[in-house]
Amino acid sequence: MNTSIQHNMSLSGEPPVALSTWQKIGVLVGMFGLGILLLAIFNVNFPNKTLWLTVSLISITLGISLFSYGLYTSQPAGIKNDGVWLKPMTSKGLIAWITGIAITGFYIVLYFYPQYLGLNTDKNTGLVALFDPLSRFLNGNPASQWFVYGTLYTVAILAFGIKFLWKYRNNRYEVLRTFSVMFFQLSFAFIIPELMARMNSDSFSLPYYDLKNIWPLNYYNFDQYRVDDFISSGNIGIALLIFGVASILIITPILTYKYGKRWYCSWVCGCGGLAETAGDPFRHLSDKRLSAWKLERWMVHIVLVFSVLMTTAVVHSYLSYDADKYWLNKDTFLIGVAVLIGLLFAVIWIFKRHELEKDARYGAIGFTAIILGLISIHYFSGNNIFIFGPETLRSTYAFLIGSIFAGVVGTGFYPIFGSRVWCRFGCPMAAILGLQQRLFSKFRITTNGGQCISCGNCSTYCEMGIDVRAYAQRGENIVRASCVGCGICSAVCPRGVLKLENGPQKGRINTKEVLLGNDVDLLSLSSSSDTEK
Amino acid sequence: MKHIAIIGNGISGITAARHIRKWSDHKITVISAESEYFFSRTALMYVYMGHQKFEHTQPYENWFWEKNRIELKKGYVSKVVPKENKLVFSDHSTLNYDELIIASGSKPNKFGWPGQDLERVQGLYSKQDLELLETNAPNNKLCKRAIIVGGGLIGIELAEMLRTRDIPVTFLVREDSFWNNVLPDDESETINKHIRKHHVDLRLSTELKEIKADENGRARAVITSEDEEIPCDFVGLTAGVSPNIDFLKNSGIELGKGVKVNRYLETNIPGIYAIGDCAEQTEPTGLRRPVEAVWYTGRMMGETVAQTLCGNKMAYQPGHWFNSAKFFDIEYQTYGWVWPKPKDDELHFYWEHSTEEKCIRIAYHKNSRAILGINSLGIRICHEVIDRWLSEEKSIDFVIENFHQANFDPEFYKQHHKAIKNSYKQPLQTV
Repeated sequence: MNTSIQHNMSLSGEPPVALSTWQKIGVLVGMFGLGILLLAIFNVNFPNKTLWLTVSLISITLGISLFSYGLYTSQPAGIKNDGVWLKPMTSKGLIAWITGIAITGFYIVLYFYPQYLGLNTDKNTGLVALFDPLSRFLNGNPASQWFVYGTLYTVAILAFGIKFLWKYRNNRYEVLRTFSVMFFQLSFAFIIPELMARMNSDSFSLPYYDLKNIWPLNYYNFDQYRVDDFISSGNIGIALLIFGVASILIITPILTYKYGKRWYCSWVCGCGGLAETAGDPFRHLSDKRLSAWKLERWMVHIVLVFSVLMTTAVVHSYLSYDADKYWLNKDTFLIGVAVLIGLLFAVIWIFKRHELEKDARYGAIGFTAIILGLISIHYFSGNNIFIFGPETLRSTYAFLIGSIFAGVVGTGFYPIFGSRVWCRFGCPMAAILGLQQRLFSKFRITTNGGQCISCGNCSTYCEMGIDVRAYAQRGENIVRASCVGCGICSAVCPRGVLKLENGPQKGRINTKEVLLGNDVDLLSLSSSSDTEK
Repeated sequence: MKHIAIIGNGISGITAARHIRKWSDHKITVISAESEYFFSRTALMYVYMGHQKFEHTQPYENWFWEKNRIELKKGYVSKVVPKENKLVFSDHSTLNYDELIIASGSKPNKFGWPGQDLERVQGLYSKQDLELLETNAPNNKLCKRAIIVGGGLIGIELAEMLRTRDIPVTFLVREDSFWNNVLPDDESETINKHIRKHHVDLRLSTELKEIKADENGRARAVITSEDEEIPCDFVGLTAGVSPNIDFLKNSGIELGKGVKVNRYLETNIPGIYAIGDCAEQTEPTGLRRPVEAVWYTGRMMGETVAQTLCGNKMAYQPGHWFNSAKFFDIEYQTYGWVWPKPKDDELHFYWEHSTEEKCIRIAYHKNSRAILGINSLGIRICHEVIDRWLSEEKSIDFVIENFHQANFDPEFYKQHHKAIKNSYKQPLQTV
């Protein structure tokens, strides 16, 4: 017998599966709530929608809470990963595939066939109609499929957030971080934008704006209709537009410099919020191979380039030619973008070139050349083309990246690829923050001298697929673009080796010949041929 | 270019191989009968517990070895013939070497208990032991009660493992408190309570007398030193380990408890070295034991012997002692020397949290007040800071005053240095 057998297929070797009483009650209550939504999908017309929606959402939240209460609070506080790789749900077994397919199906219907959820131009039916009362209460209008999605998304983060809080109740970093994502989802992503929509009238129309959803994650933030709305909504609108630009150009760099990208990715962001709560049971499924890291670096930066080009083209398309009408016209905009990107490249190249691997250098030069090349072709040819028209670029991006990658694959495949596929391979915001985190930030994960025993828990539970152990066992700090600072590697370490910290730049990236504890005279070491990678 | 053969692909052998490759172009062959690739022995428990799959315990991807020109050979060395620079395998094939590193590790101790070789009786050390455990104790239907014999680190790990499958565990510990030949009474008592909190039937001052067999030759019950018979389906023998050196008998290599080596990790035969669990230092460093079966010391010996083999002869010179463990949910770290009872010229300062399972103990010299070592439960301590303080012989007063600098707990954790300081100011707290 060997240990690589499929445990979930065998009759022996399974962890105990018996549910406690609280868990059974939790399943009952939760399935009841979910059942109401299912009936609504099948067009059952509930008489008192306010009541039934309330009952449904409360039941789902309560069910998940009771289930996790029964699961975690019967045991002493500590790491709760028993049986993770033995249970079919969390080790890509049958039920994981069924769940994955179900979520994926939901996303496909949501994005491309919302009529099946009951979205109608005149009067909503089915699931969407069930959400009408809540939508009216918050924003004054009937529900859309996005309102349904937003509500369920928020419920998922809140309910699974409660589960996460119980699971990691021994760890204050995790507790505070989870309260933070729950708060930002509930207020910034859900309630505030809906209330803002309520202020809209015929003469005053702010676009739906989740203030923490920053461009380029929010790739449509500078679309014409939104910018028109912002500008026509007076001071508030202008302030929001300025905030949108400042978010990415000023606020983000400052916070990322001080705290690393975690301030956003695992404390604020909605995608990250869902991954850290509902996605937590699947975090260990991320691919840890070196080849996956290589793929990640190319993919995420290609998406970033795509989003920059797309946005540049879209903004350019609606700007005026006339320099007198607005100081920002087509020409100044293109020159501005080119200067900004050129400057960014120059700073990286001058100050951080020695820290870039060979493929990163090729990438940096290549991507910069592509962007500047296309902008200059466009500028000098004077035609309204970026090879493809801006609308084609935008709709392709919205379809491929916004819907398929971020939604269908990113979330639908949680139980198969892990919870951070989108964040790791696709999110252009993560790419920007990651560049900065790697090159200009105080954040790092430090390792504790010689205490690592190479057990691998840190790498296994890294949702971003970082091989944390590879650094820890050599006593090196972990400074990686993709690290979202979730802190789980530090939590699961049985020997207290890892610590997330903000500290001085000096010594942030360190290499060690010999770990602490061995009094080898380092000066006497013969020069390293360093063939080992 | 020499051909260096390494017997054993554990942390010692693999560290030696990696460092030899780092500093030279020698041909390297690593031999193991246990596993194809290097894995972290300390992580075997997590495979049974379902935290990881076996592949996750392998710190390097499989292509790593070929890329770094480290040849891996699966085979069991049955004999070493130093005169011919030759290894003989159990299938009678041979391998010639120019220099040899023995890193064959340990094997579980058995003390001649009646019934110790029955079916469903086993130790926990190797990959094969893990596989056997999966057969012997897969769940609580086939294993209605497990008995663990021996109150050390492997014993408590085995208890934790079995408890994740809700298997009832009776834990026989010879000492009158868990691991109190290493831990002072307070720490040991905290762990006793914690073990019981995890529903383990902890029997202190109790030894194994005999294991009874059923009609199929399987363990069915144990008799304790109290003459109590406890029915069981599984017995885990975890009363320590000793060097795995039986295959070296009559080879001419000098053996004691382990393979005898000098400060340069050289055996009595030129060109043959021994490192890790299987090595026995003839001149141990400081207060260290001659045989150190610890992950970290194995790694350090690997780093050291690689230097010697690459032309930079170097003595094994470990710095301040350190170690760590996790007892169910409680993390333990230790730096320097903290004895269970302070020696004549030593004093201990001890602080423990009023409600949580956290404590700190600092051993220091009575006259000079220089610190000698630190123990902690439930609080992470920074290795680098304590190592420096030990070297600089900082006084207990300095250490208490600056204790916050040595904290390695995650951000936002409750800090205890003020409570520790206040407690230190009350002279009665010092034992």
